[in-house]
Amino acid sequence: MQLNVNGQIHNIEVEPNMPLLWAIREVVGLTGTKYGCGVAQCGACTVYLNGEPIRSCSVPVSAVGKAKITTIEALSKNNTHPVQQAWIALDVPQCGYCQSGQVMAAAALLKKIPKPTDADIDQAMSNVCRCGTYQKIRDGIHVASGQKKLADVLAEYDATLATRG
Amino acid sequence: MTSNMQNNELDNSSRRDFIIKGTLVGGGLMLGVGALPELVFAQAVSQYDHNSPTKYGDAEVNAWVSIKPDETVIIRIARSEMGQGTRTGLAQLVTEELECNWKKVKTQSATPGHSLARKRVWGEHGTGGSRGIRISEDYVRRGAAAARIMLLEAAAKQWNVPVAELQVDKGVITHAPSGRKTTYGKVAELASTLTPPDPKSITLRNPRDWKVAGQPYARIDTANKVNGTKVYGLDLRLPGMLCASVKSCPVFGGKLLSYDEANAMTYPGVKGVVKINDSTLAVVADTWWHANTALNAMPIVWDEGKDAAVSQDGIDKMLRSGLDEEGDFWQRKEGDAPAAINSANKKIEAIYYTPFRAHVTMEPMNATVKISGDRAEAWVPTQNGEGSHAALSEATGIPLESCEIYKLDSGCGLGRRGSTQDFTTYAAKVAQKYPGVPVKVIWSREEDMTHDYYHPIAMAKMTAGLDATGNLTGMHIKVAGQSINATLAPGVIKNGKDDRQLQGFYEKGPDAQLGYTFPTLLTEYVMKNTHVPVGPWRGVNTNQNGIFMECFMDECAKAAGKDPVQFRQALMQSHPKHLGVLNAAAKKANWDQPLPAGTFRGVAQFMGYASYSACVAEVSVSNNVVNISRLVFALNCGHVVNPYLTREQIEGSVAMALGAIFNPEITVENGRIKQKNLDTYPLLKLASTPRIESVLVPTYDFWGGVGEPTICVVGPAVANAISAAIGRPVRNFPLSKEGLSLA
Repeated sequence: MQLNVNGQIHNIEVEPNMPLLWAIREVVGLTGTKYGCGVAQCGACTVYLNGEPIRSCSVPVSAVGKAKITTIEALSKNNTHPVQQAWIALDVPQCGYCQSGQVMAAAALLKKIPKPTDADIDQAMSNVCRCGTYQKIRDGIHVASGQKKLADVLAEYDATLATRG
Repeated sequence: MTSNMQNNELDNSSRRDFIIKGTLVGGGLMLGVGALPELVFAQAVSQYDHNSPTKYGDAEVNAWVSIKPDETVIIRIARSEMGQGTRTGLAQLVTEELECNWKKVKTQSATPGHSLARKRVWGEHGTGGSRGIRISEDYVRRGAAAARIMLLEAAAKQWNVPVAELQVDKGVITHAPSGRKTTYGKVAELASTLTPPDPKSITLRNPRDWKVAGQPYARIDTANKVNGTKVYGLDLRLPGMLCASVKSCPVFGGKLLSYDEANAMTYPGVKGVVKINDSTLAVVADTWWHANTALNAMPIVWDEGKDAAVSQDGIDKMLRSGLDEEGDFWQRKEGDAPAAINSANKKIEAIYYTPFRAHVTMEPMNATVKISGDRAEAWVPTQNGEGSHAALSEATGIPLESCEIYKLDSGCGLGRRGSTQDFTTYAAKVAQKYPGVPVKVIWSREEDMTHDYYHPIAMAKMTAGLDATGNLTGMHIKVAGQSINATLAPGVIKNGKDDRQLQGFYEKGPDAQLGYTFPTLLTEYVMKNTHVPVGPWRGVNTNQNGIFMECFMDECAKAAGKDPVQFRQALMQSHPKHLGVLNAAAKKANWDQPLPAGTFRGVAQFMGYASYSACVAEVSVSNNVVNISRLVFALNCGHVVNPYLTREQIEGSVAMALGAIFNPEITVENGRIKQKNLDTYPLLKLASTPRIESVLVPTYDFWGGVGEPTICVVGPAVANAISAAIGRPVRNFPLSKEGLSLA
């Protein structure tokens, strides 16, 4: 079986019912795509199939065919995607485990809707973050889309900080 | 603000270089570019000679600090990192006292084995109870200050000048009279040979004068979290590694009767089946998916035992009966509260219910163990490195001195990875069957959710009396519920009394003091244990006790015809810190200003983990759907080591609490946990998360926790706002039991 991952063809010997997630992680060897629930509920396993975000834990590898798979490792070189830049500038991640999926979902949203509204973000960002980074994810998307300036978002954060007593 | 960006950029590039050029590539571990700095360290430590050297490397000034000739400052951190930011916060505290250049700082995790060999020079490793910084700040800062003193002494020696004539700024030492300059990197080797000062002789910097600590610096470990290169326990790959999936008897306390190993062996990649203990099996294979597939297909016969008959309804009835039991249950008895309540002008009574909850760390439980000859090593995402060290030794029979734990940053901890190290024990037991081979044991999400140490279930009967002018005459708090200590530390329970379950109702601080002075008070805890194991879950018992106390305070205020904030304030005059945060939250939320029609407010305050929290929520309720339009938090954690990290912990607490109070609970059916995955135990998502406004009001006179204190005020503040909106009190949690959902 052949799998096209991040522009590279991988010849893999696996059972057809192996979920794409596990083929990517354990056979191709790219571990940025995470296992969270295995039932397409959490989104930690988000990858692109021909550019569209999918939950790879629930897609059998046999269903992928010649489709192009993109994982978090190939989203950009050196963290240069605007979503990654905003994520770093705002320190969005806490533990970071779900963030591969969050970043992939956010980047897919911006590709489809370059200037998303809060309602667009609510709709698109259904990935679970147990650390609760949702507020910063929303801010990060607004910064990455150029709808908010980084300095303004940080100023809002600073506004509630204590002054030295 | 600008420092935030600069730090990130510089730190990212330098850290990436370090990892690429460092020991990882071409090293023994197949970790890939961008792996954890800790793993670089772990590898180095694996060559550590336990017999002779007492130091990590030539550039070690003391246990806390190594400085390389290129000025890189390596700070050792003993506490675990799981997203709470302790690594960054502790590094800021060290940098503050060391006066080194923050942009040159890198961190390493001290390992438990190494710590043991050095007589626990790094103190405890456990990271729970919001203690990561507050419990270690003093000796960590003294360690850093001692290193600074030694570095300055070294420069003074080199130049033969009095040390008092030297100044240091960002690692550059200046002798003003002669105009000479040198750097930490240049004098570190000499400094490492000097006698360290007595830690007690060191005067630490006054937090009000902090330049590095207290600042909103960026985390030092973000870059590889956004591109998939950070290596979590689940991602670890070691040469020749095997993977295993585990399954325990679905009913807690049940036993394994038989299993069809031959069936498992017919599945691709399977290497074997290992019986871990009387109730747990593992299938071992070349990949985890192969192992898990074979495990799920393998016929297993369990003796589920007597508890297979236990139902949620039975547990609820047992708790409810506890509320009516009479006996020696009291923890605080101040005056005769029952008499004062019975003779009061008006008597108020309410019964509250809070459920079992699962942790659901995003990264399921896992550990990797390799046993080679008489040595055992484990790579573990844990909140308790020394606990895992002990578990590894106990499971393998290999002495502690020959065991080592390499802590990996955890994909959430939330308390699950702290008290019990079952994941390490399981991996050790499996690895014993495969000498010389590293074995990675991962729990499926279903196994993780159905074999947790759950947040304990509890009910409370709250009773109070009001006099003719609406003042409280007495308060009677009676909690019936499961005891965490009964599961984890039964030895500390004396005569059936367990005051841990009354966290937040304590007379005295510093950890969880009740903020009210009632004319009479009785607190009681009736222990009602089930067969379901329970443990600490972010916020632990402040979660339910905050709900019981603060929802009931609103019921009392309403019965008294008083404003909820004013009603509380009158009872808080002897607790100025509790009162301070309540007032700060009320002020920020414009409590005195009218709201638009249809919008209602709720308030709550509570104390936990030595910090004071208050919350004001604004909600509207339409067709039983709750829309939260505003959430304001005030927190006094004493000293704020990093305000951005502190804000993030508040935001995280809110998300965990909102999910917990609205979404379905964990329930028991036929003795087992009914909810097996996120489809039946959904977690809060972005669309339901309101904007969170945090106000930090530190008083700079104590060290409080940050990760957990604010979680306990979310539920009651929101519930009180809902009660105000719908005109009836809500008492049953999760609020789906009250027919309510979150928009």
